[in-house]
Amino acid sequence: MNLVFAEKYDLFKCFQCGKCSAGCPVLMKGPLNIRRLIREVLLRDDLVSICQRSEIWDCTTCQACTLRCPRGLRPHELLMGIRGSLVEAGKIPETVSEALENVFKQGNPWGWPRSKRHEWAADLGVKDLTRGDRAGRLLFVGCAPAYDPRVQSVTRALAGTLLSLKADFAILGNEETCCGSEVRRMGEEGLFEMLAEDNSRLFSKYNVTDIMTISPHCYNVFKNEYQNGGRQVKHYTQVISGLIGEGKLTFPGKLEKVVTYHDPCYLGKQNGIFDEPRNIIKAIPGINFIEFDRSRERSLCCEGGGGRMFVEASPGSGERLALTRIADAVKMGADIVATACPFCLLNLEDAVKTAGCEDKIQVRDIMELVAEAIRPA
Amino acid sequence: MSNAVLVIGGGIAGMQAALDVANTGHKVVLVEKAPSIGGHMLQFSEVFPTLDCPQCIGTPKMTEVSAHPNIELMTYSEVESVSGSIGRFNVKIRKKSRFIDAARCTGCGECAIACPISVPSEWDLALGQRKAAYIPFPQAVPAVYTIDKTACVECRKCEKVCDAAAINFEAEDEFVERVIGAIILATGYEVFDASLKPELGYGTYPNVITGYELERLDQAGGPTGGKIEVNGKEPQNVVFIQCVGSRDKSVGVEYCSRVCCMATAKQAHYVRHKIPGARVTVCYIDIRAFGKRYEEFYERVQGEGVIYRRGVVSEVYKRDDKLVVRAEDTLLGEMFEEEADLVVLAAGIVPGKATVELAEKLNIPLGPDGFFLENNPKLAAMESGVPGIYLAGCAEGPKDISDSVVQAGAAAFMALLAVVGAEGEPDREPVRS
Ligand code: SF4
Ligand code: SF4
Repeated sequence: MNLVFAEKYDLFKCFQCGKCSAGCPVLMKGPLNIRRLIREVLLRDDLVSICQRSEIWDCTTCQACTLRCPRGLRPHELLMGIRGSLVEAGKIPETVSEALENVFKQGNPWGWPRSKRHEWAADLGVKDLTRGDRAGRLLFVGCAPAYDPRVQSVTRALAGTLLSLKADFAILGNEETCCGSEVRRMGEEGLFEMLAEDNSRLFSKYNVTDIMTISPHCYNVFKNEYQNGGRQVKHYTQVISGLIGEGKLTFPGKLEKVVTYHDPCYLGKQNGIFDEPRNIIKAIPGINFIEFDRSRERSLCCEGGGGRMFVEASPGSGERLALTRIADAVKMGADIVATACPFCLLNLEDAVKTAGCEDKIQVRDIMELVAEAIRPA
Repeated sequence: MSNAVLVIGGGIAGMQAALDVANTGHKVVLVEKAPSIGGHMLQFSEVFPTLDCPQCIGTPKMTEVSAHPNIELMTYSEVESVSGSIGRFNVKIRKKSRFIDAARCTGCGECAIACPISVPSEWDLALGQRKAAYIPFPQAVPAVYTIDKTACVECRKCEKVCDAAAINFEAEDEFVERVIGAIILATGYEVFDASLKPELGYGTYPNVITGYELERLDQAGGPTGGKIEVNGKEPQNVVFIQCVGSRDKSVGVEYCSRVCCMATAKQAHYVRHKIPGARVTVCYIDIRAFGKRYEEFYERVQGEGVIYRRGVVSEVYKRDDKLVVRAEDTLLGEMFEEEADLVVLAAGIVPGKATVELAEKLNIPLGPDGFFLENNPKLAAMESGVPGIYLAGCAEGPKDISDSVVQAGAAAFMALLAVVGAEGEPDREPVRS
């Protein structure tokens, strides 16, 4: 028996109902069975060999298990704990250790240089707190939105829109560093704490009281895992939907497309932000909005969270769920799958390429649709 | 001092308590908020494990209550305020206006025929319709009609056809006061709102229903005349999901609702009985068949070809026109998907919404589960902790019909102990302090 894990994660109280495993997006197609894992960790002596199974890295930390467990256990945290022990023992996949090292050195998991973090904003005239500007709200850009060429388009759409509305916001320029959400989910608790301290120190230094994020992962970690000293945290969809509601953001243009929306796990099921993204899409003239059958709390995870951007799925873990999602969207007759998360965006777009259906369907961030529809037709 | 007993709630527990008290010669005031007494039991098609028809055992009690010389029955009424203490509670009761004079109404039903407004029927759990001028169900007691002012458009068509001139749109609520020696709370329960578990698709898919709704479909007097069908089609693959809003901290219901395992077994039997070729699967966590002849009944239902699979369902979604029910068979350690055309949720038992307000009026405590708190769960489950106030049936916590009736008898006895020897009538002038 593994008392430490059993007590830390309350495993004695698991009544083996199977709610977690049955809702787990990766179980249907792969070897990870979170319910059985709980039982094994509780009863078996060979913890080391259990921990070394490659499926430990399959969990996307979508939290379907934790949100639904009738006994109030947090099964996904057991997986993070196991990953933690692997990090300590130095027995982690190479790609994971690279990502962690990159965060340590460059403040982002892809290893882009720190000095280029604010490059996306170069020609936009965005205020920068680190250069003496002042603003009521911080736009915390996040790693993928700052560096990834595909996601930068979302960042620029958001910043551009806010600037055109003369909204009062600023960024942290090159001083911003990774929020640590994925780091923590890959089991590197120590590094996460360091990042949280670094960012919190920056927030205090620049008197930040109000934060807006582009990634739901940053949003979640600031809101629920940082000791954030009463700072307001908002996802950009909340801000934009608010501006539309107040009549400050209107759409001269239109977008005659059939659009569906993919709920990111970190925005939707984990934080209950379901309506704001939909309100934005529905406010854009010309859009015919349709829903996935599996939407809102039942949204199918794209497999982008929990460090899964940095580790291959274990052997035998079947078709990527992003592919299933795209196939469903094509079948529904959608022209565009909209989402509001950098990881979802990248994963779903990848799936479109893999499926070879670029001519049938596009994947766009809601912010890109907004920016397009603000331009007069 | 008064030797009369007030019973609040006219379901099976309240009716039993009222009759037990009244049969000793004491006066009873029975207050029921709905237009008819009867409660949930009358809505069921059959009761476990005997498969009796609840109308056959319930309607005689309803008639007996309404005809009993010692019972003053106030339906469509609510307790407005209570003061005083054991031996002398001053109780004010609001008799909500039916806009139809109960003394004149002959129950002919012409008003309902004339009424142009249809709304979902509470009795049929919105599977059928009723008029704005309505009687909840044919065997209702009292057999009088009520106008639902929230639906009524005041076209007054009913007024023209009522030969008894019973309709009065201007009628107002009446208030009466009674002096009471002891009170029995038999306020029952409500059904857990299954849409609070969005992963199961209740409220999203019309063919995801609760077990209570299945009871209405199976009952001969129900909206389908006893046919188990959805959208006019007989389901061939039915999946039952247990513990929906029971034993579930994620929705704040930690306790076991106690009746659902057996109710599900019974409903699985309905399906196998009415649709012999149907595939019937029950997804469960544990089976609790603890009552007399319950385990035997469970075995019987399994023997009828119902497949029990251990593992709770985590998601229901759609594939083409079929529902896909996703669960793990935890005994096999394997995921499975069942393509169902009907999913039945064993929705749990929760305290009624009015419980909190009533507890405040009576100044008695609620337990952490939201039900009225008993003095001692082992030795005094029918005592409320306040002398003179007693508990019966699901008001105290989930229980089946047998246990509700037994507790009602015990509560009646305690109430009698409290008032025995006291003199006086319930309609004596209350003393104001
Ligand atoms: S949902 Fe909770 S109680 Fe059920 S098997 Fe999973 S961890 Fe255990
Ligand atoms: S967090 Fe999601 S992917 Fe991970 S075990 Fe739980 S349900 Fe499965």
